[in-house]
Amino acid sequence: MFRPMSDAKSAATLSFSFDGRPLIGRDGDTVAASLLANGVDVCRETPVSGAPRAPYCLMGVCFECLVVIDGVGNRQGCMVPLRDGMTIETQHGRRQPEEMQG
Amino acid sequence: MKPLTEIGQLAEHYDLAVVGAGPAGLSAAARASELGLAVLLVDENPEPGGQIYRSITTTPVTDRAVLGVDYWRGADLVARLKRSAAAYAARCTVWSIAPDVESDGASFEIGLSLDGRARLITAGQVILATGAQERPFPIPGWTLPGVMTAGAAQIALKSSAIVPKGRTVIAGCGPLLYLLAGQLAAAGAEIVAVLDTTPRRNWPAALGALPDFLRSPYLAKGLKLMAKARRSLRFLGGVTSLAVEGSGRLSTIRFERGGASESIACDTLLLHQGVIPSVNLSNAAGCAHEFDTVQHCWVPQLDDWFASSVPGIAIAGDGAGIGGAESAALRGEIAALDSARRLGRITIAERDNHAAPIRTALGRTLRGRRFLDLLYKPATQFLAPIVDDTIICRCEEVTAGQVRDAAKRLGVTGPNQMKAFLRCGMGPCQGRLCGPTVVELIAETRGTTPAEVGYYRLRPPVKPVTLAELASLPQSEAAVKAVVR
Ligand SMILES: Cc1cc2nc3c(=O)[nH]c(=O)nc-3n(C[C@H](O)[C@@H](O)[C@H](O)COP(=O)(O)OP(=O)(O)OC[C@H]3O[C@@H](n4cnc5c(N)ncnc54)[C@H](O)[C@@H]3O)c2cc1C
Ligand code: FES
Repeated sequence: MFRPMSDAKSAATLSFSFDGRPLIGRDGDTVAASLLANGVDVCRETPVSGAPRAPYCLMGVCFECLVVIDGVGNRQGCMVPLRDGMTIETQHGRRQPEEMQG
Repeated sequence: MKPLTEIGQLAEHYDLAVVGAGPAGLSAAARASELGLAVLLVDENPEPGGQIYRSITTTPVTDRAVLGVDYWRGADLVARLKRSAAAYAARCTVWSIAPDVESDGASFEIGLSLDGRARLITAGQVILATGAQERPFPIPGWTLPGVMTAGAAQIALKSSAIVPKGRTVIAGCGPLLYLLAGQLAAAGAEIVAVLDTTPRRNWPAALGALPDFLRSPYLAKGLKLMAKARRSLRFLGGVTSLAVEGSGRLSTIRFERGGASESIACDTLLLHQGVIPSVNLSNAAGCAHEFDTVQHCWVPQLDDWFASSVPGIAIAGDGAGIGGAESAALRGEIAALDSARRLGRITIAERDNHAAPIRTALGRTLRGRRFLDLLYKPATQFLAPIVDDTIICRCEEVTAGQVRDAAKRLGVTGPNQMKAFLRCGMGPCQGRLCGPTVVELIAETRGTTPAEVGYYRLRPPVKPVTLAELASLPQSEAAVKAVVR
């Protein structure tokens, strides 16, 4: 999906997981940017048809980047800074009330 | 500048609250603070800069030529804010603005969230500097992963120094398209084609506005950009239709030009059809809006000081109508001067004196804009997608055909009724990505204009707030009203 520019300023690395897979991100990136840089193609499935979706606008407008972060669903990945140790999961369809508790 | 990192650090009351830390908000907050007002500047992004100067203080991009000289100018605006006494809360989202009933209308109650905690504060005056978003550009298959807005790729570049991997195509129209293509190419992205959808029939209308453009600051800059992008990239003009294909992921972009159909295999497709004001917050705050037929978008109704129809709320920057970064900063200053006047801190004469040179500069930066607006007005087939299967509401997966059918067969006359029938605009994005298209489709089907069709009536909260956040709020009368209104 995305790759780092060759002469990008270096930053501390953060470990996080996506759907159980351990991944490495950069401090200063958002959750959505880290997923894109790690080659993650799909971050949610729609509630209506289950279609796969990925971040679209990266500026908080489209809500295509919704993921489950540390157990809390409906988080806008493009607005949340990545933190060390985050557990990120694909958001499948509609959120159920019992899943939404953090 | 006083950085605020937790919501508890916000004061109960400010003279002025500025929403958005792009060029408009940064200038408004700095100017108001220099005039002695107690100012709160909030932005939901982690860093100041807005869209154009996104991540200006933290960008990992080291080669300054990649983003161009205009980008780096943003550092001066942030430096001015830093020298001021304004309070600045990053990662803080404003989700409601309503008159504070307890103050008898003398101030506003503002709902904010930071780090999953909500809070209500008050402010005597409000300046909305919420900027612009890219115009929705629905084409068949645009919901497939691998398709993004061109602005998204620019944001990824500025804030994370990452570029699309593999074959990348950019499609659409507008001056930013050339800028983005140039920046991405300079950053090392493999741009295999730029598909330009600018309608050739826009030229006659645009030519009338050419004289002003020829004397405008846009000319030299624009020509340089165009020349550079065209020299180094494969430009295909006169594109009249676009469709994305792929199973589970984008693999091909199919398009028509000159009556023939062609296709290009690609890994990433970046769409751009110009920018339109972000109106969700101003709409939900009750500010009156009108349809601007030249820029072809909804804009708030404003006076010369950018005051909206709600006394005490001003709207500056691209949220007041698209004018670009320099005009955004100048409009922010003018709105700040009037806020100070409304609060009785400066006289009308002082306000007018301070504003005079800023207005002159504003006139200069806006000169020539009309030519760009007319030339890059999107083609009708991209405003109201022709193919019925095209999804236009990405949240609720409503198609163009469904909206047409409801407008024709069921006689649905406006977007609010359409919402009730089809759920378009009811998803988490609250109509940000379907609103303009729904209006366009209704207007087309019913043979009327977007202005007559109207727009969604939006309600606070304008960004989803969790129940836990709401439950933790102190329950004032105004708070209840802001939510249930
Ligand atoms: C994706 C994109 C990329 C662009 N890139 C360029 C470019 O490279 N060059 C150029 O000349 N023009 C660019 N533009 C046009 C551009 O928007 C400017 O002219 C300029 O940034 C406008 O400044 P502004 O201050 O009005 O708004 P913006 O710079 O857009 O700033 C608005 C700010 O408000 C914040 N905000 C919005 N709503 C809320 C809320 N409810 N709560 C808290 N904060 C909120 C946003 O996070 C944002 O930081 C771009 C536009 C877009 C949409
Ligand atoms: S990608 Fe559009 S809201 Fe996050």
